[in-house]
Amino acid sequence: MNAPAFPTAAPYDALIVGAGHNGLVTAAYLARAGMRVVAVEKNDWVGGAAVSRQLDDEVTYSNCSYVCSLFRPEIMRDLELPKHGLQILPYEAGAVLTEDGGFLAMSRDHEVQRREFARHSRRDAEAYDRYARDILRHCRFIRPMLMRTPADPVSLRPRDLGELAWMGRKVMELSERQISEMIRFWTMSISDYLDEYFEHPVIKAYLAVSAIIGTALGPMSPGSAYVLLHHYMGDVDGNVGAWGYARGGMGAITQALKASFEAAGGEVRTGKGVRRILVEGGRTTGVELEDGEVIRASRVISGMDAKRTFLGTMDEGDLPGEFVSAIRKFKTRGSSGKLNIALDAAPDFPALPEGAPMLRGDLHFTDSIERMERAYDDWKDGTFSADPFQDTMIPSMIDPTLAPPGKHFMSCFVQYAPPKIRGQAWSDADRDAFGETVIDQIARYSPGFRDRVRHVEVRTPRELEAEVGLTEGNIFQGELTFDQMLFNRPVPGWAQYRSPVEGLWMCGSSTHPGGGVMGAPGRNAAAEILRSAKMSRQDMREAYDVL
Amino acid sequence: MRSALVIGGGANGLACAFRLAKGGARVTLIEAADEIGGGARTMEFAPGFRTSGLAHLVHGLDARAAKEMGLEDHGFTASAPLSTTLPGDTPITVSPRGEVTGTDSAAWDALHARLSRHAGRLAPFRTMRPPRLKGRQDWRKLAPTAFGLSRAGREDLRDLMRLALTNIADVAEDELTDPRLQGLLAFDATLGAWAGPRSPGTLLLYLNRLAMGDVRLPAGGMGALATAMARATEAAGVTIRTGTRAERLIVEEGRAVGALLSSGEEVRAATIVSALCPQATLLQLAGAPALDTGIVRRARNMPFRGAAAKIHLAIEGDPGLGDLTHRIVLAPSVDHVERAFNPVKYGEVPAEPVLEITCPSAHDPSLAPEGRHVLSIIAQFAPHAPKDPAAAASAFKEAVWRVLEAAAPGLRSRTLHEELLMPSDIEARYGLKGGSWHHGDFAVERMLFLRPFEEAAGYAAPLPGLWLASAGSHPGGGVTGTAGWNAAEQVLRAA
Repeated sequence: MNAPAFPTAAPYDALIVGAGHNGLVTAAYLARAGMRVVAVEKNDWVGGAAVSRQLDDEVTYSNCSYVCSLFRPEIMRDLELPKHGLQILPYEAGAVLTEDGGFLAMSRDHEVQRREFARHSRRDAEAYDRYARDILRHCRFIRPMLMRTPADPVSLRPRDLGELAWMGRKVMELSERQISEMIRFWTMSISDYLDEYFEHPVIKAYLAVSAIIGTALGPMSPGSAYVLLHHYMGDVDGNVGAWGYARGGMGAITQALKASFEAAGGEVRTGKGVRRILVEGGRTTGVELEDGEVIRASRVISGMDAKRTFLGTMDEGDLPGEFVSAIRKFKTRGSSGKLNIALDAAPDFPALPEGAPMLRGDLHFTDSIERMERAYDDWKDGTFSADPFQDTMIPSMIDPTLAPPGKHFMSCFVQYAPPKIRGQAWSDADRDAFGETVIDQIARYSPGFRDRVRHVEVRTPRELEAEVGLTEGNIFQGELTFDQMLFNRPVPGWAQYRSPVEGLWMCGSSTHPGGGVMGAPGRNAAAEILRSAKMSRQDMREAYDVL
Repeated sequence: MRSALVIGGGANGLACAFRLAKGGARVTLIEAADEIGGGARTMEFAPGFRTSGLAHLVHGLDARAAKEMGLEDHGFTASAPLSTTLPGDTPITVSPRGEVTGTDSAAWDALHARLSRHAGRLAPFRTMRPPRLKGRQDWRKLAPTAFGLSRAGREDLRDLMRLALTNIADVAEDELTDPRLQGLLAFDATLGAWAGPRSPGTLLLYLNRLAMGDVRLPAGGMGALATAMARATEAAGVTIRTGTRAERLIVEEGRAVGALLSSGEEVRAATIVSALCPQATLLQLAGAPALDTGIVRRARNMPFRGAAAKIHLAIEGDPGLGDLTHRIVLAPSVDHVERAFNPVKYGEVPAEPVLEITCPSAHDPSLAPEGRHVLSIIAQFAPHAPKDPAAAASAFKEAVWRVLEAAAPGLRSRTLHEELLMPSDIEARYGLKGGSWHHGDFAVERMLFLRPFEEAAGYAAPLPGLWLASAGSHPGGGVTGTAGWNAAEQVLRAA
């Protein structure tokens, strides 16, 4: 045991609760700025929902998050993540397999995609140019907001007024028609939006996917179009909207963050769950761990979601009643599940041309928006669907580090999975039935699939909550609906990473701009903390925009 | 201004024609049906039984129109504001002022006060032309409203910004415990909309509803309101011609200058105002060749998804639904409303629709023979384009009866006549495309400067000389006359 030499002194300037990607981003920035920083993590490994774990003898899984696009390139550069081992492998293709035995190929190349659309509908191929241009314009507008602290719209402080004026100027750069188009886009359902461009159901089903991933909305819910944007804002090496795999699984991102943090002098302590955030006289003084140890720090920064932070690890008496009530009303219903599958051989999909590149990207088996929406109706009824939507990939097709030659890691992200089954906690039997449903769906398109399965990990919202700590298994640490965005995230009046307790901050996806392995909340929180400490932000380069 | 032609004799057309005449125009109003009123007509659906054929409550009647048209002098009267009853083992009554019986009384009071406060601040928008986002003039005019909002206090404003785009279900479940009261909020927010209560944006629909004020039953049915409006309009000097359909507009040198009527006659006027649906006005009356392609696309893209059916019942004796002077809502919980909406998305029929029941004959005995009653019911949700319309109608009718029989056992056996209008029937009878009350979906993305779409949002159509004055324009539907009045104000200002 290496007991600290001076246990009673406040040894840390900042203590990060939870070593997920946002916690580590904040930690690394603060450490580089010269703070003494410790990150404590309840699990024996770091990474939160961006982890690679080997649960099978031979195959490594990206257990939760599974693809990379949103992670901000500014952060990669500032924290020198490539130097610390992070490599992103872009992927190109994918396919929607249809019930009638056909397919729609996906491509990140606009012209290739357009030709494939033309194979299904000439009219849709033409509309795709217009659609892509319009979506890009919406992206271009919203992207600069990601890396800024949301203004408090009812505050009269100069900084908030300045930020509001900046936003106002941004808006006024657009034409009147573009502004109204944007407002319409933000408030519409993706189904209605796509109906304005396209006619072919499979094309619409393919394009609607990004609007439902991770959300407790269906493709026919108003507001789902914005969620699509949320998934389109990323880029890989400057290619907007592109997606890639982190070589070695998503854990490679958090491992690189950890290495960067440690290289800056930071300290990570795993296997240390926080029991309570300590408050004295309206100010935080540190945390008490589950094993009874007390760590003192002048700031506590929580990477946990807002509910877990304020309702799970604090005394309510330390917080204003209205704040607690607002946090209670913060919506965190989980909507997703996941299967991680180790395969003895690559699956065959007879519908796809032999040797085609589709197996290197997303595979979908839902060929209409109606089928997605019906799965959402099941979620609202408190159950998983017999006909789920899944976004399935085989990252080992292009990342040889995940499995030995010939063997594969398959990741199946499933919408929808409710936080509870008809009001009752998920049982193991529910979980297994859920897993079987997903495997059945794949097997319908891939004969002999079951025989190639060597290991399966099924993750429902229950598992996500228990292992990662996400309340109700919500992968965004809070639903991404418009009433919970920007200055309302997580709750009105507390959207600037601060909390009502002096010295206690938030840096997780419960804060603006929300979830996905993006790192933006972590960086924005670090910027606020450094600003309030009057420390230099020289390591934090201006967010650049590649658009 | 010299002359104006108003097409469509519903509440909006009448209000518009009246206002234009008062403003000095020589106005002709044409109506395709033989009777004035549009969706506000009283029909005899069975011998001796009369009821409002479509809308059955006066809600949000434009105060300017009511006052200046002197509707009461022209014979229009309505009941006192209606209470709402939620049946159950211990029925809940919600008074017009928002007071409620039962255990949730305090929570309801607080929520009702809070939402009414927000609604009151938004209400002035209803009688304005939708502000243009980049018009300096508009922002100056908006200043008083903005000032009203800013006086609200920071916390109130925060609350409004948090709630504005949220869904009614979360608010109902966060603030109330009685499922029936939660169900009432869910029902009222989605009445006339193509949305379930879990859809984001439904809270704003509820605020709009509150901003429209009290709900009343008109003596003599809605037709009495239309008749009073027509009398006032004629008294103001407007020529009303019923049984006269506009076939198409006459467009000369890029300007609408008149209309060709079904009789073959041409009517010319300096200003043409259409109180018909914006899509039909632009694509059928004006015609695509008179418009930019972008405008044609936008008009085509307007959704028309009416999801409410109308049911009329002639009943022997007392219906057995409690106090018949009340509005009765059968929507036992949020989930009931949501589940009633789910199948409609796929053109299917719900197993258990949710209902708003009124008994017009309890307020005006002349509507039914003695000892008998008329029930007027709005049933949600019904698909606007089912795959098999006849099968859908018969399945829907049975589903409604299951709900009614559970609430009032034996009602069906005492029913002498029944009439069901599915959305497609409403389209056939009233010309409302898709059975949409609002002449186009009413939702957040189709409000204010987005209604019916940006280029046509200020009542001026994207064709010089033509104006839009229907529920398809801001502030949407209901028998209010507000869109017509707002449009007339703009026409007069432009002249």
